[in-house]
Amino acid sequence: MPKAAGDAKLLIQSLTKAYAATPTNLKIIDLYVVFAVATALVQVIYMGIVGSFPFNSFLSGVLSCIGTAVLGVCLRIQVNKDNKEFKDLPPERAFADFVLCNLVLHLVIMNFLG
Amino acid sequence: MAWRLPPLAVLLLLVAAAVAPLSSAVRPVSEAHRSVAAELFAASPDDLETTYEAVRTFKILGVQRDKGLDGKACKLAADRLSSSSSPAKDLFHAVQIAGVLACSVDAGVYDDVASRLKAVIKDTNSLLEFYYSVGGLLSLKEQGHSVVLSDADSTFHAIKALSQSDGRWRYDTNSAESSTFAAGIALEALAGVVSLSDAEVDPSMIGVVKNDIVKLFGTIKSYDDGTFYFDEKYVDGSEYKGPITTSASVVRGVTSFANVVSGKLNVPGEKILGLAKFFLGIGLPGSGKDCFNQIESLSLLESNRIFVPLILSLPSKVLSLTSKDQLKVEVTTVFGSAAPPLRVNLVQVLGSDSKVITTDSKELQFDLDNNVHYLDITPLKIDVGKYSLVFEITLQDSEHETVYTTGGRNTESVVVTGLIKVDKAEIGISENDAGSAESVEKLDLLKDTKVSLSANHLQKLRLSFQLSTPLGRTFKPHQVFLKLKHESKVEHLFVVPGSARQFKIVLDFLGLVEKFYYLSGTYDLELSVGDASMENSFLRALGQLELDLPEAPEKAPRPPAQAVDPLAKFRPQKEIEHIFRVPEKRPPQEVSLAFTGLTLLPFIGFLIGLMRLGVNLKNFPSLPGPAAFASLFHAGIGAVLLLYVLFWVKLDLFTTLKFLSFLSVFLVFVGHRTLSHLSNTAAKQKTA
Repeated sequence: MPKAAGDAKLLIQSLTKAYAATPTNLKIIDLYVVFAVATALVQVIYMGIVGSFPFNSFLSGVLSCIGTAVLGVCLRIQVNKDNKEFKDLPPERAFADFVLCNLVLHLVIMNFLG
Repeated sequence: MAWRLPPLAVLLLLVAAAVAPLSSAVRPVSEAHRSVAAELFAASPDDLETTYEAVRTFKILGVQRDKGLDGKACKLAADRLSSSSSPAKDLFHAVQIAGVLACSVDAGVYDDVASRLKAVIKDTNSLLEFYYSVGGLLSLKEQGHSVVLSDADSTFHAIKALSQSDGRWRYDTNSAESSTFAAGIALEALAGVVSLSDAEVDPSMIGVVKNDIVKLFGTIKSYDDGTFYFDEKYVDGSEYKGPITTSASVVRGVTSFANVVSGKLNVPGEKILGLAKFFLGIGLPGSGKDCFNQIESLSLLESNRIFVPLILSLPSKVLSLTSKDQLKVEVTTVFGSAAPPLRVNLVQVLGSDSKVITTDSKELQFDLDNNVHYLDITPLKIDVGKYSLVFEITLQDSEHETVYTTGGRNTESVVVTGLIKVDKAEIGISENDAGSAESVEKLDLLKDTKVSLSANHLQKLRLSFQLSTPLGRTFKPHQVFLKLKHESKVEHLFVVPGSARQFKIVLDFLGLVEKFYYLSGTYDLELSVGDASMENSFLRALGQLELDLPEAPEKAPRPPAQAVDPLAKFRPQKEIEHIFRVPEKRPPQEVSLAFTGLTLLPFIGFLIGLMRLGVNLKNFPSLPGPAAFASLFHAGIGAVLLLYVLFWVKLDLFTTLKFLSFLSVFLVFVGHRTLSHLSNTAAKQKTA
C-alpha cells in the first residue's frame, strides 16, 4: 500500500510539474471549464435532493453550464499552439467564435428556461 | 311476445283507424267552400284572368264582396276594353268581368271590341284565339248587345278542322299534339258559334261534333269508387294542366254545347255523376284556380241539359248502437238543393272484408222537413264494425229519369259503434308445473280494481276475459295490451292474444326473468283495450304484482335508461366541480436559497484561481481609439446578456430577436475592430 500511495504521489507530482509548463491563457480556460462543470454539479446535486420539478429549468441550467464547458474546451483546442491543425487560426478569431457560440447557446437556453 | 309501444303511438293508431275511412266523404258544396273561396281570393288580384275567376266564383257561391273591390275590377276591365292594344284573351276576360259584375260600359266601346274580336276570328287559325274571341262575343250578346256572326258556318268548320279522330283537339293547324283540354275549349267555342249564328248551323256538322263528344267520353278515366275525370293522354306535354283544369274544361265545353243544340247528347249518366263526384271529392281546394274550376264546373253540372247529377251522401258516417242512431241519407244536387221525389233502398250491407251481411232490401223513410231519408239500424241486426252500405236510388217520376242521374247503386262506408260487454275477467297466479290456479280473483273491468298479487319466478300470471258485442258475438278489438310497470319505471308491454271465445294471456316468469332484467319488486298492472268501433275503450289499472325474481347473474342485461323528464333540464343543475392540477411539491425555501449560494461557490473559486494565476489586463489597448472600441465590445456583450435576462423576465421572442439583430450588427462591427487590433499588435510583437 505505501508503495502504491507513493506511486500515486509521484504521478501527481509529475503531472503538476508538467502542467506548470502550460501557458497562462490555457490555464485560465481550464479554470473556466472547471468552474462551469462545478456549477453544473451543484445543480445536479440540488436536483438529486429536491426533485426535478421544474424540469425544463433544471435542464436549461445544467445544459448552460455543460455547453459553456464544451465551448471552453473547443476554445482551448483552437488556442493551443501545440495543435498544428489550428496553426493558421489566430486566437482572436477563435475567441470571436467562442463569444458568438455562447450568445446563440444562451438565447436558446433563455427561451427554454421558461 | 311483448311490444314496447309508447302510449302516444297507440293513441295515434287509434285515431288514424277511426278517421281513415271518413276522409274521402263526398258532401255537397257547403258553407266551408264559401269561406275557403273568400280566403283564396282575399288578396285583390291585379291580372284580368284571376280577377275574372274570383268574381265568377263569388257570383256562383253568392258571396257578397266589398263594393270597392267590384268597382276596382270594373275599372280594370274598362281600361282593357278601351285599350286598342289588348289581345283577344284580355278582351275576353274583361268582357266576362263586365258581364258578371254588370259594369256600365259604353256601347261604343263594345262596338269597337266586337269588331276587333270578329277581325281576330277571320284571321286566326289558333284554337285559343277562336275560343277567346267567340267567348268574348258571346258574353257581349248575353249582356244585351246585339252581336251577329255572319260567317258562322266557316268559323265552325275552321274550329272543327282542328279535331282529331279520338275526340280530342289540336291547339292550331301547325301543332301535332292533341289535347283533352283543347277539346273542352273547342266545344265551348263551337257552342258559342252556334249561339252567335244568325242562321241554322249545318245539322250534319252538329251531329259529327256530338259523335266527337261520345268519343271524348270514351277516353275518360276513373277511380274504383265511381269517380270519373279527364286527363291528358300524355302528361309530359308543355301544355299539361292537371286533371282538375282538364276536367273543368271538358265540363264547360260539353254542357254549353248541350245547351245550344237540339236533342240530347248521348253521354252516360254515370259518367256525369262521376265527374260531379270528382269535383266534390276535391273537398276544399287549395288554390284559387282549383276553386274556380271546381265551383264553376259544379254549377254547370247543377243545371245541364244532359243529366243533372244527384249526390247521395251521409251526414254522419259513425252510427252508434247505444244511442240507437238512425241511418240518415241525403240525396241532393251538387249544391245541396233538394232532389225530386225519389226512393232510397238499402240493398246490401257488406262487412269490412267484403263479406255480404245482408241482402234484404229495405226502403228508407223520407223526412220531408229535413230532406233526409232515414232508417233504423236496429232491425238490420248489424253488429259493431265497419260496413259498406249499398244504396239504390229510384226516381218516383219516370219523366225525371231523362233529366237526373243517380248512378243507380251507391256504396258508402260507415262505422257502427257500440258498448262492448266485458265478462268473466279473472286474474290469478298458478304454479309452474301443476297448472292449477291457486289464487284466482274475479275482476270487474268496468272500473279500476286493486288486486294485489305476489309471485316468484317459478309461477305464472294468468289473465283472461271475454269481450262480446251488443249482439252477443265475440269482439276482437284492434288493441289489447297488458302493461307491467316496475317501480323503477321500466315498462313491459304484452299483446293479449284472443281466441274464439276469450282473451287470455299467461306470463311464465321463468322465461321472462331476463326480459324483466331480474328486477324484483312491485309491478303495476295496466290493461288497455281499444278499437275505433268500441265506445267504451278503456285503460284500466288492475292492481299490483309483487314479483320475487332471482338475483341477476354477472352478465345479465341492464335495464334501459328511462326517458328523462323534458322539464328536468330547467331545474337547478348539479354543481360542476372543476378538477385543478395538484401543485408540484416544492422544496423548503431555505434549501433553495442555500443552493443558490452554493452555485456561487465555483465562481468564487474561479476568481481565486484567476488571482493565483496572476491574471491582469495589461493586454487591454492603451490607445484611446482601440480602447474605446474594446470597451464598446464588452459593453455590447453585456447588453446582449442583459437583453437575455429581459427576455427571460418579460419580453417575447420576437421583440428580443428584433433588438438582438441591431445589437449583433453593432457587436460584429466593434468586435471585428477590437480583435483585429489585438491580432495586429500580437503579430507586430512577434515580428519585433
